Amino acid sequence: MSSGSGSLPRYIAQRLLLMIPMIWLIVTMVFILLRVAPGDPVTAAVGGKLNEEALDARRAALGLDRPLIVQYLDYLGDIATLDFGKTISDNRPITSIIVDNGGATLSLTIGAFAFALLMGIPLGLLAGRYRDSAGDVVIRIFGVVSYAAPIFFIGLLMQIWVAGPLGLPTSDIASPITKFQVEPVTHILLLDAIIAGDTESTVDVLKHHVLPCFTLGLLLSGVFIRLVRVNLLMTLKGDYVEAARARGIPERYVIRRHAFRNALVPVITVLGLQVALTLSGALLTESTFNWPGLGTQLIDYLTARDYAAVQGLVTFFAVVVVVVSLLVDVINAAIDPRVRY
Amino acid sequence: MTELYDAPVAARDDNAPVIDAQDIRIWYGSERGPVKAVDGVSFSLRKGEILGLVGESGCGKSTIGRGLLGLLPPGAEMDGALRFKGEDLLALPKKEMFAKRGAELGMIFQEPLTRLNPLMRISEHFEETLRTHEKSIGKEEIQRRALEVLRLMGIPPTRYRSYPHEFSGGMRQRLMIALALVLRPAFVVADEPTTALDVLVEAQIIRILHSLRSEFETSLLLITHNLGIIAEACDRVAVMYAGEIVEIGDAREVFSDPQHPYTRELLRSTISLSTTGLNFIPGAPPDLVNPPTGCHFHPRCPDAMNICATRHPVQHAMPNGTRVQCWAADLAHGRAPDLTEDDTAPLVREEISVADEA
Ligand SMILES: Nc1ncnc2c1ncn2[C@@H]1O[C@H](COP(=O)(O)OP(=O)(O)O)[C@@H](O)[C@H]1O
Ligand SMILES: [Mg+2]
Repeated sequence: MSSGSGSLPRYIAQRLLLMIPMIWLIVTMVFILLRVAPGDPVTAAVGGKLNEEALDARRAALGLDRPLIVQYLDYLGDIATLDFGKTISDNRPITSIIVDNGGATLSLTIGAFAFALLMGIPLGLLAGRYRDSAGDVVIRIFGVVSYAAPIFFIGLLMQIWVAGPLGLPTSDIASPITKFQVEPVTHILLLDAIIAGDTESTVDVLKHHVLPCFTLGLLLSGVFIRLVRVNLLMTLKGDYVEAARARGIPERYVIRRHAFRNALVPVITVLGLQVALTLSGALLTESTFNWPGLGTQLIDYLTARDYAAVQGLVTFFAVVVVVVSLLVDVINAAIDPRVRY
Repeated sequence: MTELYDAPVAARDDNAPVIDAQDIRIWYGSERGPVKAVDGVSFSLRKGEILGLVGESGCGKSTIGRGLLGLLPPGAEMDGALRFKGEDLLALPKKEMFAKRGAELGMIFQEPLTRLNPLMRISEHFEETLRTHEKSIGKEEIQRRALEVLRLMGIPPTRYRSYPHEFSGGMRQRLMIALALVLRPAFVVADEPTTALDVLVEAQIIRILHSLRSEFETSLLLITHNLGIIAEACDRVAVMYAGEIVEIGDAREVFSDPQHPYTRELLRSTISLSTTGLNFIPGAPPDLVNPPTGCHFHPRCPDAMNICATRHPVQHAMPNGTRVQCWAADLAHGRAPDLTEDDTAPLVREEISVADEA
C-alpha cells in the first residue's frame, strides 16, 4: 500500500492505550458514587443479622476501616488484575458470578443482536430504497414503536400471545432437566449443550432463547431500521452515487454496490454504541423472563443493598462496554480505510 | 481493440456535429411553480471542439450539463431536440441511455473529493466502469487500459490499487478525468472541474482538458464561471444568463469584441493585472420562477432601453460572426429596423438602492 495509509496494527495499539484512561475514569466514578451513598456497605447489606463485633470483623475483612484513598488504590490494583472483589452478603467472588451467570447474558445479547440485524438491516434498506411508499411508512412506524415500547410490556405480550401458540417457554434459560444434564464447560449453556452433543438439550435451550432474544432484539431493531434508512437516503443522494450513474453503471448496481454497502458502514459503529443500551435492555429482559444472567444478579444484589457486589458488577459492565467499543472501532478500521487516520 | 479507435461513420465527417442541442428547456418543480433553469438553449459541438459555458452561478449551467447526459433529478422536465451523432437522445429508452453514459457521453464534476466511492479502490472503479460497458473484458485488459489513461493524467501505475482518500484534490480530479475518458467518449461535460482546486492545480487540469482533443478527439462542454479558463482552453464560448444563452461565438471574438452588455460586464468584473479596482455587476441574477419581462438582464443592464423591459430580444448573427440576444446589439448593427424612437430611449427606472441590494 502507499505510504500515506495508516497501518492497522498501529491503530489498534493506539486504541488499546486509549482504553486505559477510559476504564480508569469509569472505575473511579463507580467507586466515588458508591462511597458517597449514605450508610456503610456492611450495615446496609447484613446489618441486623449480625452483632456489632461480627460487623466490625466484616468491615475489617473488606478493608473498609482503612482510609478512603488506600481503599481506592487497592481497588484500582484489584481491577488491574481483573479481580472485581467479593460480595458482602454472601461473601462470593464477583468473578465467580461473572463466570456462572455471564454466559446467559452473553447468549441473550448475541441472540438479540442477531434478531435486530436480521430485522433492522433489510427493513431499513427496503424503507430507504422505496422511500415514502406505503411499505416505508409501515416500516418506519414499526421502527419507532419497537424502539419506544417498554421491554417488560413487549415481554408480557410475547408471554401472553406468542408463547402459547408457538409452544415456547417464557421463563429461565432451560428446563431443570437440561440444566442438570449439561456439563458446564464454557458456562454458556447453549455452547455446552452443543459440545455435549445433546440434541434434546440444545433444542430446549434454543427454544428458551427465542422470546427473550426477540424481545430485546426488537428494541435494537428500531435503532437499526432508522439508522440504515437514513444512511441509505443520504448515500443515494451522494456525489459518488451520481458519479457512478454518470458512468452508466445500471441503477441496481449503483444501489447495491455504492449505496447499500456505504450505508451499512455506520451500522458497525452504532452497533458498538448500542452495547450500553443492550446491556441495560438485557437487565430488564432478564428480569421479565426470569433469565439467570448478570442482570438478574445485579438486581438481586441491588435489592440486598450489597454495595460491593454492585460495584464489582457495574465495573465489569463498564469494562465490557469499553472493550466492545474498541473491538468495533478496530473492525470499522479494517473495513473503512479512512478511519485509520 | 482496434474498433475502439475506429470512430463511427457519422463522426468521421468532421463537420457533422457530435452533439446538437436545439431549443432545450429544463424546469424543476418547486412549491412556487416551475423553475425555468434552462429556457430555450441551442448550440452544437463538432468533433474535438471545446465550447466554454460561462455565467454567474445559478444561471442554469449545471442543469444543461446534467440534462445532456440524462442525469436530471426526479421532478425535472426537459424538452427540445438533442442529437448525439445524429441520434435523438431524448427519445432513447432509459436502458440505452445508460449504455451511452460513460461509454460515449462522459461527465467530470466540480467536487473531485466526494465523487469517488471511499470504500472502493481506484482499480475497482475502473473495473466496474469497463465491465459495465464491455461485458466480456478481462482483468488484464482492464488494467492495461486503466493504466494507459492514468499515465496520460500523470498518475503513476503504483497507485492503481490505492483508495481515493490517499490522493490529493488535484490528483482526484485527474482520476475522475481518467475514469471519464477510459472508454473514450466522444462528448464530455466538465462542470466547473477546477473550481474546488487551487490555482496551480487548476492550470494543470486545464492543460489536460485542452489536450483531450488531440489525445482522444473528445468534444468538450467546459462549464465554468472563470473567464480566464475559457480564454485559455476554449474554441468557442457561450455566455449564459438566467437560463438563456445571450451570446455565443468564437472565443477570441467574444473576448475582444463582446456584443452583449452582460458579456462586457462579466469581462470587466474579472480580475486582471490591467484593472485597478474590482468591478462587479450590481444586483443579483433574477428569480427563475418569475423572470423579468422582456430581456431577463434589463434590470441590471447599463444600456437598457424602453423596449428591453417589454419585449424579449431574439438571437441574431452579428457582423463578427457571434450570435447575440440583445436589443442594443441589434440596434447597433441594424438587426432591428422597426424599433421606434420611444423603444430605443434609455429605460427610466428607480435607482437600485443600497437598501434593496442588501
Ligand atoms: N434539483 C433542483 N431542484 C430545484 N431547483 C434546482 C435544482 N437544481 C438547480 N436548481 C435551480 O436551477 C437554477 C440553475 O441551477 P444550476 O444549473 O445549478 O446553475 P449553475 O450551475 O449555473 O450554478 C438555480 O436557480 C437553482 O436554484
Ligand atoms: Mg453549477
